[in-house]
Amino acid sequence: MTAVRFDGVRFSYPGGVEALRGVSLAVAPGERVAIVGQNGAGKTTLVRHLNGIHQPTAGVVTVGDRPTTGRPIAELAALVGYVFQNPDEQIFASTVLADVEFGPRNLGVTGAEVTTRAVEALEQVGLAATAHTHPMHLSLSERKRVALAGVLAMCTDVVVLDEPTTGQDARGVELVAGVVESLAAAGRTVIAITHDMDVAAEHFERVVVMARGEVLADGPPAEVFGQDDVLAAAAVEAPQLMRLAGRLGWQRRPLTPEQFVDAWQAER
Amino acid sequence: MTDQGFVVLDDVTYAYPDADRPVLHGVRLEIAAGSITGVVGASGAGKTTLAKLISGFIPQVDGGDLTGTVSVGGRDLAELSLVEAVGQVGLVIQNPFNQISGAKYTVREEIAFGLENVGTPRAEMAKRVDDVARLLRITDLLDRSPYALSGGQMQLVAIASMLVLRTPVLVMDEPTSQLDPAGTRLVFDVLNTLEEAGLTVIVFEHKQELLQAYADRLLVLAGGRIVADGDPTTVLADDHTEEWGIGATRFTRAARIARDRGLLNGGVLPVSFEQAVETFGGPR
Repeated sequence: MTAVRFDGVRFSYPGGVEALRGVSLAVAPGERVAIVGQNGAGKTTLVRHLNGIHQPTAGVVTVGDRPTTGRPIAELAALVGYVFQNPDEQIFASTVLADVEFGPRNLGVTGAEVTTRAVEALEQVGLAATAHTHPMHLSLSERKRVALAGVLAMCTDVVVLDEPTTGQDARGVELVAGVVESLAAAGRTVIAITHDMDVAAEHFERVVVMARGEVLADGPPAEVFGQDDVLAAAAVEAPQLMRLAGRLGWQRRPLTPEQFVDAWQAER
Repeated sequence: MTDQGFVVLDDVTYAYPDADRPVLHGVRLEIAAGSITGVVGASGAGKTTLAKLISGFIPQVDGGDLTGTVSVGGRDLAELSLVEAVGQVGLVIQNPFNQISGAKYTVREEIAFGLENVGTPRAEMAKRVDDVARLLRITDLLDRSPYALSGGQMQLVAIASMLVLRTPVLVMDEPTSQLDPAGTRLVFDVLNTLEEAGLTVIVFEHKQELLQAYADRLLVLAGGRIVADGDPTTVLADDHTEEWGIGATRFTRAARIARDRGLLNGGVLPVSFEQAVETFGGPR
């Protein structure tokens, strides 16, 4: 069973730039997938197919059990929550709470359920105390988490996050990582675009490397980040601790500080 | 540290309009000309407020209640007009999508917008735009629409639009948040070059390895106060970083775990990759 699937997906922007050149990828419910690659690799173009913003020029994108082609955006929105890179494209209400309530309300949720969901989502992203604040009085990193809460409150099967940890401080990164883990634990699929390989290594079970509109590698972080040729071709660096282990000539490939110290003890 | 600061904050306390308490408390700071100073701190520590103060947007635009003085090159920013203040300090704001003027059709015009506003002659303007575009490697974007750019490209355009003004001081609020590692290094390499030519850079940034590599000095803000100030490695390896809400690099975290397991002795913990190679690869 898959939550989303790309089969030979190609996409060209009007004007002819081919941003995707045959991408195939199947993601299961409850999987946490990080998509990495340079600016311009096609990451955002790819995920924008999931909520119908883009339709493939060739190939098929499937969400749930059916292709996205011809399905109304409203129908896809109930299945795929999309948190944009720039929260200011997403936030518009005059209080944080009203903004987060908009998503579920728009999906037809009514009554107290709307507020319950919004308050829970705000708690998850550490912003319960700001419910009655104007979003524009929050910092950019907090507004990013408001946008995330807005999508969480929609309770979609699939959650797409475009650069979720950008601009977050240490605590913000922890909160976002906690959200990713609890979504997956609840059987919901998380697909995140990230430039932060350490976040990809520590909080995702699967990493997809993209370059020039194609998938170059796809697998568990320890395996994908061990392929130096792929990383070089995609201009992606391995996570810091893994690079350090490589420089020190270790065979082990630690992903977290704990694993690194375990490996150090073993290598001594 | 310098005894003749180019950017000087003297006992600055500031509260936003209608706020019941200040966001910055008694900040004293002297920053030397031709240097890169990094500022770190948790969300809500007062970083963006400090950035706006040093660039004159506070109190000139945001109002509020300011005591103490902020001066640049010996001139009190409160005594300058906003136009004069903008001529002294360029501010690259946090979200590049909001820095774009909204009034221009090409990246070239967008970058030139600030120069146009101060009546720079056309030929001079064109030359400066070309120079800055080459520096940031965005020459191929100049004829594109500012709205057809990726987040990273837009951030480079926002930085270019400030660099082109050639202000003596540049304040940057998370200038690389949308950039990949290569773009991030490009921006800091450019800052390094300009620093050598005398530019004073104050950069608010979460990426600690970057600050360790490029900043001459690092400040930590917590609860509206400067709680640490010094050489970046010393500050970032400090055991109080969690308490200050700034976390630590994975190298520092690994070293702390190793120390807690009795595997490492005292001394300054590693912050950067190269420092970690020494710590974990050295003789034991």
